[in-house]
Amino acid sequence: MAAKTFEKGNVAIAKAAVAAGCKYYFGYPITPQSDIPEYLSGVLPGVGGQFVQAESEIAAINMLLGAGSTGKRAMTSSSSPGISLKQEGISYMAGSEIPGLIVNIQRSGPGLGGISPSQGDYFQATRGGGHGDYRILVLAPATVQEMYDLTILAFELSDKYRMPAMVLADAMLGMMKEPLEEWIPKQAEEDKSSWALSGAKGRERRKIKSLFLGDGELAEHNWKMLEHYREVEAKETRVKIEVHDDCELAVVAFGSAARIAKSAVDRLNDEGRNIGMVRPITVWPFPYKEIRELAEKDIPFLTVELNVGQMVEDVRLSVEGRSKVSFAGYPPGYLPSPDEIYEEITKLLDKKD
Amino acid sequence: MNHAVIMAGFGGQGILMIGNLFAIGALKQGLNCTFFPSYGVEMRGGTANCTVTISDHEVGSPVTSSPNGVVAMNEPSVAKFAPRIGEGGLLLINTSMAPDNDFSKDGVEVIRLPCNQIADELGNIKLASMVALGAYAGRCGVVELKFLEEALPEVLPQKLHKLIPSNIEALRAGAKRADKQD
Repeated sequence: MAAKTFEKGNVAIAKAAVAAGCKYYFGYPITPQSDIPEYLSGVLPGVGGQFVQAESEIAAINMLLGAGSTGKRAMTSSSSPGISLKQEGISYMAGSEIPGLIVNIQRSGPGLGGISPSQGDYFQATRGGGHGDYRILVLAPATVQEMYDLTILAFELSDKYRMPAMVLADAMLGMMKEPLEEWIPKQAEEDKSSWALSGAKGRERRKIKSLFLGDGELAEHNWKMLEHYREVEAKETRVKIEVHDDCELAVVAFGSAARIAKSAVDRLNDEGRNIGMVRPITVWPFPYKEIRELAEKDIPFLTVELNVGQMVEDVRLSVEGRSKVSFAGYPPGYLPSPDEIYEEITKLLDKKD
Repeated sequence: MNHAVIMAGFGGQGILMIGNLFAIGALKQGLNCTFFPSYGVEMRGGTANCTVTISDHEVGSPVTSSPNGVVAMNEPSVAKFAPRIGEGGLLLINTSMAPDNDFSKDGVEVIRLPCNQIADELGNIKLASMVALGAYAGRCGVVELKFLEEALPEVLPQKLHKLIPSNIEALRAGAKRADKQD
Protein backbone atom coordinates (compact mmCIF):
# COMPACT_ATOMS: atom_id res chain seq x y z
CA MET A 1 0.00 0.00 0.00
CA ALA A 2 1.26 3.44 -0.91
CA ALA A 3 2.00 5.77 1.98
CA LYS A 4 -0.85 8.07 2.89
CA THR A 5 -0.44 11.81 2.79
CA PHE A 6 -2.52 14.33 4.70
CA GLU A 7 -4.39 16.32 2.10
CA LYS A 8 -7.07 18.95 1.64
CA GLY A 9 -10.18 17.76 -0.20
CA ASN A 10 -9.69 20.35 -2.94
CA VAL A 11 -6.12 19.21 -3.50
CA ALA A 12 -7.27 15.58 -3.60
CA ILE A 13 -9.57 16.46 -6.52
CA ALA A 14 -6.76 18.25 -8.34
CA LYS A 15 -4.35 15.35 -7.80
CA ALA A 16 -6.97 12.84 -8.96
CA ALA A 17 -7.52 14.84 -12.15
CA VAL A 18 -3.82 14.60 -12.95
CA ALA A 19 -3.82 10.87 -12.11
CA ALA A 20 -6.80 10.40 -14.45
CA GLY A 21 -4.83 11.92 -17.30
CA CYS A 22 -6.70 15.22 -17.39
CA LYS A 23 -4.35 17.71 -19.00
CA TYR A 24 -6.61 20.71 -19.52
CA TYR A 25 -8.11 22.96 -16.88
CA PHE A 26 -10.20 26.07 -17.45
CA GLY A 27 -11.55 28.10 -14.58
CA TYR A 28 -12.02 31.34 -12.78
CA PRO A 29 -11.09 31.64 -9.09
CA ILE A 30 -13.72 31.64 -6.35
CA THR A 31 -13.67 30.69 -2.66
CA PRO A 32 -13.75 27.93 -1.40
CA GLN A 33 -12.34 25.93 -4.32
CA SER A 34 -9.33 27.97 -5.41
CA ASP A 35 -6.91 25.31 -4.15
CA ILE A 36 -7.90 23.30 -7.24
CA PRO A 37 -6.74 25.84 -9.85
CA GLU A 38 -3.80 26.78 -7.61
CA TYR A 39 -2.54 23.19 -7.59
CA LEU A 40 -3.24 22.53 -11.26
CA SER A 41 -1.63 25.78 -12.40
CA GLY A 42 1.60 24.47 -10.91
CA VAL A 43 1.36 20.92 -12.24
CA LEU A 44 -0.38 20.87 -15.64
CA PRO A 45 2.22 22.84 -17.65
CA GLY A 46 4.84 20.34 -16.47
CA VAL A 47 2.94 17.30 -17.78
CA GLY A 48 2.32 18.66 -21.26
CA GLY A 49 -1.05 20.16 -20.35
CA GLN A 50 -2.60 23.59 -20.34
CA PHE A 51 -3.90 25.65 -17.46
CA VAL A 52 -6.12 28.55 -18.45
CA GLN A 53 -7.45 31.12 -16.04
CA ALA A 54 -10.39 32.22 -18.13
CA GLU A 55 -11.87 35.71 -18.18
CA SER A 56 -15.09 34.37 -16.68
CA GLU A 57 -16.89 31.19 -15.65
CA ILE A 58 -18.88 31.32 -18.88
CA ALA A 59 -15.71 31.40 -20.94
CA ALA A 60 -14.28 28.52 -18.88
CA ILE A 61 -17.23 26.17 -19.44
CA ASN A 62 -17.19 26.89 -23.16
CA MET A 63 -13.46 26.15 -23.26
CA LEU A 64 -14.30 22.84 -21.59
CA LEU A 65 -16.91 22.21 -24.28
CA GLY A 66 -14.26 22.85 -26.91
CA ALA A 67 -11.60 20.69 -25.27
CA GLY A 68 -14.11 17.89 -24.64
CA SER A 69 -15.14 17.87 -28.29
CA THR A 70 -11.59 16.92 -29.23
CA GLY A 71 -11.84 13.86 -26.99
CA LYS A 72 -9.27 15.06 -24.47
CA ARG A 73 -9.90 14.76 -20.76
CA ALA A 74 -10.53 18.24 -19.41
CA MET A 75 -12.20 19.95 -16.49
CA THR A 76 -13.42 23.10 -14.85
CA SER A 77 -14.17 23.83 -11.22
CA SER A 78 -16.01 26.53 -9.37
CA SER A 79 -18.34 27.16 -6.46
CA SER A 80 -22.09 27.76 -6.43
CA PRO A 81 -22.44 31.27 -7.97
CA GLY A 82 -19.84 30.34 -10.57
CA ILE A 83 -21.59 27.05 -11.33
CA SER A 84 -24.81 28.99 -11.98
CA LEU A 85 -22.94 30.92 -14.67
CA LYS A 86 -21.83 27.67 -16.29
CA GLN A 87 -25.31 26.20 -16.72
CA GLU A 88 -25.79 27.29 -20.32
CA GLY A 89 -22.53 25.61 -21.30
CA ILE A 90 -23.43 22.45 -19.41
CA SER A 91 -26.72 22.23 -21.31
CA TYR A 92 -24.84 22.66 -24.61
CA MET A 93 -22.33 19.98 -23.58
CA ALA A 94 -25.16 17.61 -22.69
CA GLY A 95 -26.96 18.33 -25.96
CA SER A 96 -23.75 17.84 -27.92
CA GLU A 97 -22.87 14.68 -25.98
CA ILE A 98 -19.48 16.04 -24.93
CA PRO A 99 -17.77 14.57 -21.89
CA GLY A 100 -16.00 16.73 -19.31
CA LEU A 101 -15.72 17.21 -15.57
CA ILE A 102 -17.31 20.06 -13.64
CA VAL A 103 -16.45 20.33 -9.94
CA ASN A 104 -18.80 22.25 -7.65
CA ILE A 105 -17.40 22.97 -4.18
CA GLN A 106 -20.69 24.35 -2.91
CA ARG A 107 -20.94 27.49 -0.83
CA SER A 108 -24.03 29.18 0.48
CA GLY A 109 -26.71 30.85 -1.60
CA PRO A 110 -28.91 32.03 -3.03
CA GLY A 111 -27.25 34.93 -4.83
CA LEU A 112 -23.80 35.76 -3.60
CA GLY A 113 -24.76 34.04 -0.32
CA GLY A 114 -21.65 33.38 1.69
CA ILE A 115 -18.58 31.20 1.74
CA SER A 116 -19.76 28.63 4.30
CA PRO A 117 -20.53 25.00 3.36
CA SER A 118 -23.94 24.21 1.90
CA GLN A 119 -25.78 21.56 -0.07
CA GLY A 120 -28.09 24.09 -1.63
CA ASP A 121 -27.17 23.19 -5.21
CA TYR A 122 -28.64 19.67 -5.13
CA PHE A 123 -31.60 20.64 -7.30
CA GLN A 124 -29.39 22.53 -9.73
CA ALA A 125 -26.99 19.60 -10.03
CA THR A 126 -29.51 16.77 -10.30
CA ARG A 127 -32.33 18.49 -12.20
CA GLY A 128 -30.17 20.48 -14.56
CA GLY A 129 -29.75 24.21 -14.05
CA GLY A 130 -29.63 24.64 -17.81
CA HIS A 131 -32.48 24.28 -20.27
CA GLY A 132 -33.72 21.19 -22.01
CA ASP A 133 -34.27 17.52 -21.22
CA TYR A 134 -30.87 16.43 -20.09
CA ARG A 135 -29.06 14.76 -17.23
CA ILE A 136 -25.49 14.87 -16.03
CA LEU A 137 -23.70 12.37 -13.82
CA VAL A 138 -23.45 13.74 -10.27
CA LEU A 139 -21.10 12.15 -7.75
CA ALA A 140 -21.16 13.19 -4.10
CA PRO A 141 -18.01 12.39 -2.11
CA ALA A 142 -18.05 12.33 1.69
CA THR A 143 -14.35 11.94 2.51
CA VAL A 144 -11.08 13.34 1.17
CA GLN A 145 -10.31 9.86 -0.19
CA GLU A 146 -13.61 9.90 -2.07
CA MET A 147 -12.83 13.36 -3.44
CA TYR A 148 -9.95 11.57 -5.16
CA ASP A 149 -11.65 8.29 -6.04
CA LEU A 150 -14.86 9.81 -7.37
CA THR A 151 -13.02 12.40 -9.45
CA ILE A 152 -11.34 9.55 -11.32
CA LEU A 153 -14.65 7.71 -11.62
CA ALA A 154 -16.35 10.88 -12.88
CA PHE A 155 -13.85 11.16 -15.74
CA GLU A 156 -14.32 7.50 -16.64
CA LEU A 157 -18.12 7.59 -16.59
CA SER A 158 -18.21 10.90 -18.42
CA ASP A 159 -16.13 9.44 -21.26
CA LYS A 160 -18.00 6.15 -21.30
CA TYR A 161 -21.46 7.69 -21.60
CA ARG A 162 -20.42 10.84 -23.44
CA MET A 163 -22.10 13.14 -20.97
CA PRO A 164 -20.80 15.81 -18.57
CA ALA A 165 -20.06 14.66 -15.03
CA MET A 166 -20.10 16.72 -11.87
CA VAL A 167 -18.35 16.17 -8.56
CA LEU A 168 -20.71 17.79 -6.05
CA ALA A 169 -18.88 18.55 -2.80
CA ASP A 170 -18.91 21.57 -0.51
CA ALA A 171 -16.71 23.94 1.45
CA MET A 172 -16.38 21.50 4.34
CA LEU A 173 -15.06 18.67 2.17
CA GLY A 174 -12.94 21.04 0.12
CA MET A 175 -11.22 22.72 3.05
CA MET A 176 -10.75 19.81 5.44
CA LYS A 177 -7.73 17.54 5.47
CA GLU A 178 -7.69 13.78 5.82
CA PRO A 179 -5.34 10.93 4.98
CA LEU A 180 -5.23 10.26 1.26
CA GLU A 181 -3.95 7.25 -0.61
CA GLU A 182 -3.22 8.21 -4.19
CA TRP A 183 -3.56 5.68 -7.01
CA ILE A 184 -3.31 5.69 -10.76
CA PRO A 185 -6.23 4.21 -12.74
CA LYS A 186 -5.29 1.11 -14.71
CA GLN A 187 -8.24 1.31 -17.05
CA ALA A 188 -7.27 2.67 -20.46
CA GLU A 189 -9.09 5.78 -21.60
CA GLU A 190 -12.18 5.23 -23.72
CA ASP A 191 -11.49 5.19 -27.48
CA LYS A 192 -13.04 8.39 -28.78
CA SER A 193 -11.78 8.20 -32.33
CA SER A 194 -15.25 7.47 -33.74
CA TRP A 195 -16.64 10.86 -32.77
CA ALA A 196 -13.93 13.25 -31.53
CA LEU A 197 -12.86 16.23 -33.59
CA SER A 198 -9.29 15.49 -34.50
CA GLY A 199 -8.86 17.07 -37.93
CA ALA A 200 -10.66 15.57 -40.93
CA LYS A 201 -7.58 14.49 -42.83
CA GLY A 202 -8.35 11.17 -44.51
CA ARG A 203 -11.89 10.88 -43.21
CA GLU A 204 -15.34 12.39 -43.50
CA ARG A 205 -15.81 15.79 -41.87
CA ARG A 206 -17.65 15.72 -38.56
CA LYS A 207 -19.85 18.17 -36.71
CA ILE A 208 -20.54 18.13 -33.00
CA LYS A 209 -23.56 20.26 -32.24
CA SER A 210 -26.72 20.54 -30.21
CA LEU A 211 -28.82 22.17 -32.93
CA PHE A 212 -31.15 19.77 -34.73
CA LEU A 213 -33.64 21.41 -37.07
CA GLY A 214 -34.45 18.52 -39.40
CA ASP A 215 -37.90 16.93 -39.31
CA GLY A 216 -38.04 14.64 -36.26
CA GLU A 217 -34.29 14.93 -35.76
CA LEU A 218 -34.40 16.57 -32.35
CA ALA A 219 -37.00 14.18 -30.94
CA GLU A 220 -34.86 11.29 -32.11
CA HIS A 221 -31.81 12.87 -30.51
CA ASN A 222 -33.65 13.31 -27.20
CA TRP A 223 -34.90 9.71 -27.29
CA LYS A 224 -31.36 8.49 -27.88
CA MET A 225 -30.10 10.54 -24.93
CA LEU A 226 -32.87 9.12 -22.75
CA GLU A 227 -31.81 5.61 -23.70
CA HIS A 228 -28.32 6.52 -22.49
CA TYR A 229 -29.70 7.87 -19.25
CA ARG A 230 -31.70 4.68 -18.64
CA GLU A 231 -28.53 2.65 -19.11
CA VAL A 232 -26.64 4.88 -16.66
CA GLU A 233 -29.45 4.51 -14.11
CA ALA A 234 -29.34 0.75 -14.45
CA LYS A 235 -25.57 0.35 -14.29
CA GLU A 236 -24.01 3.24 -12.45
CA THR A 237 -26.13 3.97 -9.38
CA ARG A 238 -23.95 3.88 -6.30
CA VAL A 239 -25.08 4.00 -2.67
CA LYS A 240 -23.64 2.94 0.67
CA ILE A 241 -26.27 1.19 2.76
CA GLU A 242 -25.68 0.22 6.37
CA VAL A 243 -29.05 -1.15 7.43
CA HIS A 244 -29.54 -4.22 9.61
CA ASP A 245 -32.58 -6.42 10.25
CA ASP A 246 -35.29 -4.80 12.37
CA CYS A 247 -33.90 -1.36 11.62
CA GLU A 248 -35.92 1.25 13.54
CA LEU A 249 -35.13 4.16 11.25
CA ALA A 250 -32.69 4.90 8.45
CA VAL A 251 -30.97 8.24 7.98
CA VAL A 252 -30.48 9.31 4.36
CA ALA A 253 -27.76 11.88 3.77
CA PHE A 254 -25.03 12.58 1.23
CA GLY A 255 -21.63 14.28 1.36
CA SER A 256 -20.75 16.34 4.40
CA ALA A 257 -24.21 15.99 5.97
CA ALA A 258 -23.68 12.22 5.89
CA ARG A 259 -20.43 12.64 7.81
CA ILE A 260 -22.09 14.60 10.58
CA ALA A 261 -25.15 12.34 10.65
CA LYS A 262 -22.98 9.22 10.83
CA SER A 263 -21.59 10.29 14.20
CA ALA A 264 -25.13 10.68 15.54
CA VAL A 265 -26.15 7.28 14.15
CA ASP A 266 -23.06 5.60 15.63
CA ARG A 267 -23.81 7.11 19.04
CA LEU A 268 -27.40 5.83 18.99
CA ASN A 269 -26.28 2.37 17.93
CA ASP A 270 -23.69 2.37 20.73
CA GLU A 271 -26.62 3.06 23.05
CA GLY A 272 -28.37 -0.05 21.79
CA ARG A 273 -30.67 1.41 19.14
CA ASN A 274 -30.85 0.01 15.62
CA ILE A 275 -30.46 2.96 13.27
CA GLY A 276 -29.48 2.54 9.64
CA MET A 277 -27.63 4.80 7.30
CA VAL A 278 -28.14 5.28 3.57
CA ARG A 279 -25.61 7.44 1.75
CA PRO A 280 -26.18 8.08 -1.94
CA ILE A 281 -22.77 8.29 -3.65
CA THR A 282 -24.30 9.10 -7.03
CA VAL A 283 -27.13 11.60 -6.58
CA TRP A 284 -27.85 11.32 -10.28
CA PRO A 285 -28.51 8.52 -10.92
CA PHE A 286 -30.29 8.47 -7.55
CA PRO A 287 -30.72 5.14 -5.72
CA TYR A 288 -34.52 5.10 -6.03
CA LYS A 289 -34.72 1.33 -6.24
CA GLU A 290 -32.46 0.68 -3.25
CA ILE A 291 -34.40 3.07 -1.01
CA ARG A 292 -37.73 1.70 -2.21
CA GLU A 293 -36.62 -1.81 -1.22
CA LEU A 294 -35.94 -0.56 2.30
CA ALA A 295 -39.31 1.23 2.39
CA GLU A 296 -40.97 -2.06 1.48
CA LYS A 297 -39.59 -3.41 4.76
CA ASP A 298 -41.49 -0.63 6.49
CA ILE A 299 -38.39 1.28 7.54
CA PRO A 300 -39.07 5.00 8.16
CA PHE A 301 -36.54 7.55 6.93
CA LEU A 302 -35.00 10.75 8.16
CA THR A 303 -33.33 12.80 5.43
CA VAL A 304 -30.60 15.13 6.68
CA GLU A 305 -29.31 17.90 4.43
CA LEU A 306 -27.39 21.15 4.64
CA ASN A 307 -30.27 22.98 2.96
CA VAL A 308 -33.98 23.36 3.66
CA GLY A 309 -35.17 20.32 1.73
CA GLN A 310 -34.00 19.14 -1.68
CA MET A 311 -32.82 15.50 -1.77
CA VAL A 312 -35.75 14.67 0.53
CA GLU A 313 -37.95 14.98 -2.57
CA ASP A 314 -36.01 12.15 -4.21
CA VAL A 315 -36.33 10.07 -1.06
CA ARG A 316 -40.10 10.61 -1.13
CA LEU A 317 -40.16 9.66 -4.83
CA SER A 318 -38.31 6.45 -3.95
CA VAL A 319 -40.62 5.59 -1.07
CA GLU A 320 -43.88 6.50 -2.87
CA GLY A 321 -45.80 6.61 0.37
CA ARG A 322 -44.72 3.16 1.54
CA SER A 323 -43.17 4.51 4.73
CA LYS A 324 -42.74 7.79 6.55
CA VAL A 325 -40.11 10.27 5.38
CA SER A 326 -39.05 12.99 7.83
CA PHE A 327 -36.62 15.79 7.20
CA ALA A 328 -33.99 17.69 9.18
CA GLY A 329 -32.52 20.60 7.25
CA TYR A 330 -29.83 23.09 8.12
CA PRO A 331 -29.58 26.22 6.01
CA PRO A 332 -26.10 27.67 5.45
CA GLY A 333 -24.19 29.93 7.80
CA TYR A 334 -23.47 27.28 10.35
CA LEU A 335 -22.91 23.55 10.52
CA PRO A 336 -25.11 21.32 12.67
CA SER A 337 -23.35 19.19 15.24
CA PRO A 338 -23.85 15.43 15.58
CA ASP A 339 -25.67 16.22 18.85
CA GLU A 340 -28.36 18.20 17.02
CA ILE A 341 -28.98 15.34 14.62
CA TYR A 342 -28.94 12.90 17.53
CA GLU A 343 -31.77 14.95 19.09
CA GLU A 344 -33.76 14.92 15.84
CA ILE A 345 -33.50 11.14 15.58
CA THR A 346 -34.36 10.68 19.24
CA LYS A 347 -37.49 12.83 18.86
CA LEU A 348 -38.66 10.65 15.97
CA LEU A 349 -37.97 7.45 17.90
CA ASP A 350 -39.88 8.76 20.92
CA LYS A 351 -42.90 9.52 18.72
CA LYS A 352 -42.70 6.03 17.30
CA ASP A 353 -42.26 4.13 20.58
CA MET B 1 -11.65 5.97 20.83
CA ASN B 2 -12.78 9.28 19.39
CA HIS B 3 -11.05 12.50 20.40
CA ALA B 4 -12.09 15.92 19.10
CA VAL B 5 -10.06 18.98 20.04
CA ILE B 6 -10.63 22.59 19.07
CA MET B 7 -7.51 24.74 18.84
CA ALA B 8 -8.11 28.48 18.80
CA GLY B 9 -6.36 31.80 19.06
CA PHE B 10 -5.33 34.84 17.04
CA GLY B 11 -4.36 34.42 13.39
CA GLY B 12 -0.57 34.25 13.25
CA GLN B 13 -0.20 32.36 16.53
CA GLY B 14 0.36 29.09 14.70
CA ILE B 15 -3.06 27.59 15.47
CA LEU B 16 -3.53 25.87 12.12
CA MET B 17 0.06 24.66 12.25
CA ILE B 18 -0.33 22.91 15.61
CA GLY B 19 -3.69 21.51 14.47
CA ASN B 20 -2.01 20.04 11.42
CA LEU B 21 0.86 18.73 13.50
CA PHE B 22 -1.48 17.03 15.97
CA ALA B 23 -3.39 15.42 13.09
CA ILE B 24 -0.32 14.20 11.20
CA GLY B 25 1.17 12.93 14.46
CA ALA B 26 -2.01 10.90 14.97
CA LEU B 27 -1.70 9.56 11.42
CA LYS B 28 1.89 8.51 12.13
CA GLN B 29 0.67 6.74 15.25
CA GLY B 30 -1.66 4.69 13.05
CA LEU B 31 -4.87 6.53 13.91
CA ASN B 32 -7.43 8.13 11.62
CA CYS B 33 -7.80 11.88 11.70
CA THR B 34 -9.59 14.83 10.16
CA PHE B 35 -8.49 18.46 10.29
CA PHE B 36 -11.17 21.08 9.71
CA PRO B 37 -10.04 24.71 9.72
CA SER B 38 -12.16 27.77 10.09
CA TYR B 39 -11.45 29.65 6.90
CA GLY B 40 -12.39 32.67 4.91
CA VAL B 41 -11.92 36.17 6.13
CA GLU B 42 -9.33 35.30 8.77
CA MET B 43 -6.07 37.21 8.75
CA ARG B 44 -3.14 37.96 11.01
CA GLY B 45 -4.57 39.38 14.22
CA GLY B 46 -8.06 38.03 13.49
CA THR B 47 -9.32 34.81 15.00
CA ALA B 48 -8.31 31.35 13.87
CA ASN B 49 -9.51 27.96 14.94
CA CYS B 50 -9.56 24.39 13.78
CA THR B 51 -11.08 21.12 14.89
CA VAL B 52 -8.93 17.99 14.88
CA THR B 53 -10.82 14.72 15.25
CA ILE B 54 -8.84 11.56 15.95
CA SER B 55 -10.24 8.06 16.01
CA ASP B 56 -9.16 4.45 15.92
CA HIS B 57 -12.21 3.92 13.66
CA GLU B 58 -13.28 5.87 10.62
CA VAL B 59 -13.78 9.51 11.60
CA GLY B 60 -17.44 10.51 11.42
CA SER B 61 -18.22 14.17 11.87
CA PRO B 62 -15.35 16.62 11.38
CA VAL B 63 -17.25 19.14 13.53
CA THR B 64 -18.45 18.88 17.10
CA SER B 65 -20.46 20.86 19.61
CA SER B 66 -18.92 19.07 22.59
CA PRO B 67 -15.16 18.64 22.10
CA ASN B 68 -13.02 16.45 24.31
CA GLY B 69 -10.54 19.24 24.58
CA VAL B 70 -9.74 22.86 23.78
CA VAL B 71 -6.39 24.56 23.32
CA ALA B 72 -7.13 28.24 23.92
CA MET B 73 -4.25 30.50 22.98
CA ASN B 74 -6.06 33.72 23.93
CA GLU B 75 -8.88 35.07 26.07
CA PRO B 76 -11.67 35.16 23.42
CA SER B 77 -11.00 31.51 22.61
CA VAL B 78 -11.57 30.48 26.22
CA ALA B 79 -14.87 32.37 26.27
CA LYS B 80 -16.04 30.93 22.97
CA PHE B 81 -14.97 27.29 23.16
CA ALA B 82 -14.28 26.26 26.77
CA PRO B 83 -17.95 26.10 27.88
CA ARG B 84 -18.57 23.48 25.16
CA ILE B 85 -16.06 20.95 26.52
CA GLY B 86 -17.67 17.66 27.45
CA GLU B 87 -17.42 15.66 30.68
CA GLY B 88 -13.92 14.35 31.30
CA GLY B 89 -12.48 16.93 28.92
CA LEU B 90 -9.27 18.90 28.98
CA LEU B 91 -8.71 22.64 28.59
CA LEU B 92 -5.39 24.34 28.05
CA ILE B 93 -5.33 28.08 28.66
CA ASN B 94 -2.38 30.15 27.51
CA THR B 95 -2.27 32.47 30.51
CA SER B 96 0.18 34.78 28.76
CA MET B 97 -2.75 35.95 26.64
CA ALA B 98 -5.54 35.32 29.17
CA PRO B 99 -3.88 36.29 32.48
CA ASP B 100 -6.95 36.72 34.66
CA ASN B 101 -9.10 34.01 33.20
CA ASP B 102 -10.60 31.84 35.93
CA PHE B 103 -12.75 29.56 33.78
CA SER B 104 -13.71 26.32 35.39
CA LYS B 105 -16.32 23.68 34.67
CA ASP B 106 -17.27 20.50 36.50
CA GLY B 107 -15.62 17.47 34.97
CA VAL B 108 -13.14 19.53 32.95
CA GLU B 109 -9.46 19.53 33.77
CA VAL B 110 -7.78 22.91 33.22
CA ILE B 111 -4.09 23.40 32.52
CA ARG B 112 -2.95 27.00 32.86
CA LEU B 113 0.40 27.67 31.26
CA PRO B 114 2.14 30.93 30.31
CA CYS B 115 3.06 29.57 26.87
CA ASN B 116 4.46 32.84 25.47
CA GLN B 117 6.68 33.25 28.50
CA ILE B 118 7.92 29.66 28.33
CA ALA B 119 8.63 30.07 24.62
CA ASP B 120 10.43 33.33 25.30
CA GLU B 121 12.62 31.57 27.86
CA LEU B 122 13.44 28.99 25.15
CA GLY B 123 14.59 31.85 22.97
CA ASN B 124 11.74 32.28 20.48
CA ILE B 125 8.30 33.57 21.39
CA LYS B 126 6.92 32.10 18.14
CA LEU B 127 7.21 28.67 19.77
CA ALA B 128 4.30 29.44 22.14
CA SER B 129 1.84 27.33 20.18
CA MET B 130 4.29 24.38 20.19
CA VAL B 131 4.57 24.69 23.98
CA ALA B 132 0.78 24.60 24.19
CA LEU B 133 0.49 21.58 21.91
CA GLY B 134 3.20 19.73 23.85
CA ALA B 135 1.35 20.42 27.07
CA TYR B 136 -2.02 19.36 25.67
CA ALA B 137 -0.73 16.23 23.96
CA GLY B 138 1.37 15.22 26.94
CA ARG B 139 -1.56 15.50 29.29
CA CYS B 140 -4.31 13.94 27.16
CA GLY B 141 -2.08 11.12 25.92
CA VAL B 142 -4.00 10.51 22.67
CA VAL B 143 -0.98 11.20 20.47
CA GLU B 144 2.49 10.42 21.76
CA LEU B 145 5.00 13.25 21.68
CA LYS B 146 7.46 11.26 19.59
CA PHE B 147 4.97 11.12 16.71
CA LEU B 148 4.46 14.87 16.88
CA GLU B 149 8.23 15.28 16.68
CA GLU B 150 8.33 12.91 13.70
CA ALA B 151 5.61 14.94 11.98
CA LEU B 152 7.41 18.27 12.25
CA PRO B 153 9.28 18.02 8.91
CA GLU B 154 5.94 17.59 7.13
CA VAL B 155 4.34 20.60 8.75
CA LEU B 156 7.17 23.12 8.80
CA PRO B 157 8.14 24.58 5.42
CA GLN B 158 11.57 23.52 4.18
CA LYS B 159 13.15 26.87 4.98
CA LEU B 160 12.21 26.41 8.66
CA HIS B 161 13.60 22.89 9.01
CA LYS B 162 16.62 24.29 10.80
CA LEU B 163 14.17 25.16 13.58
CA ILE B 164 13.00 21.57 14.09
CA PRO B 165 15.25 21.04 17.14
CA SER B 166 13.87 24.16 18.86
CA ASN B 167 10.30 23.09 18.04
CA ILE B 168 11.00 19.70 19.61
CA GLU B 169 12.40 21.47 22.64
CA ALA B 170 9.21 23.56 22.89
CA LEU B 171 6.92 20.50 22.61
CA ARG B 172 8.88 18.77 25.36
CA ALA B 173 8.97 21.85 27.58
CA GLY B 174 5.19 22.15 27.32
CA ALA B 175 4.66 18.49 28.15
CA LYS B 176 7.00 18.73 31.12
CA ARG B 177 5.37 21.86 32.55
CA ALA B 178 1.86 20.40 32.14
CA ASP B 179 2.99 17.24 33.87
CA LYS B 180 4.12 19.21 36.91
CA GLN B 181 0.76 20.92 37.34
CA ASP B 182 -1.78 19.23 39.52
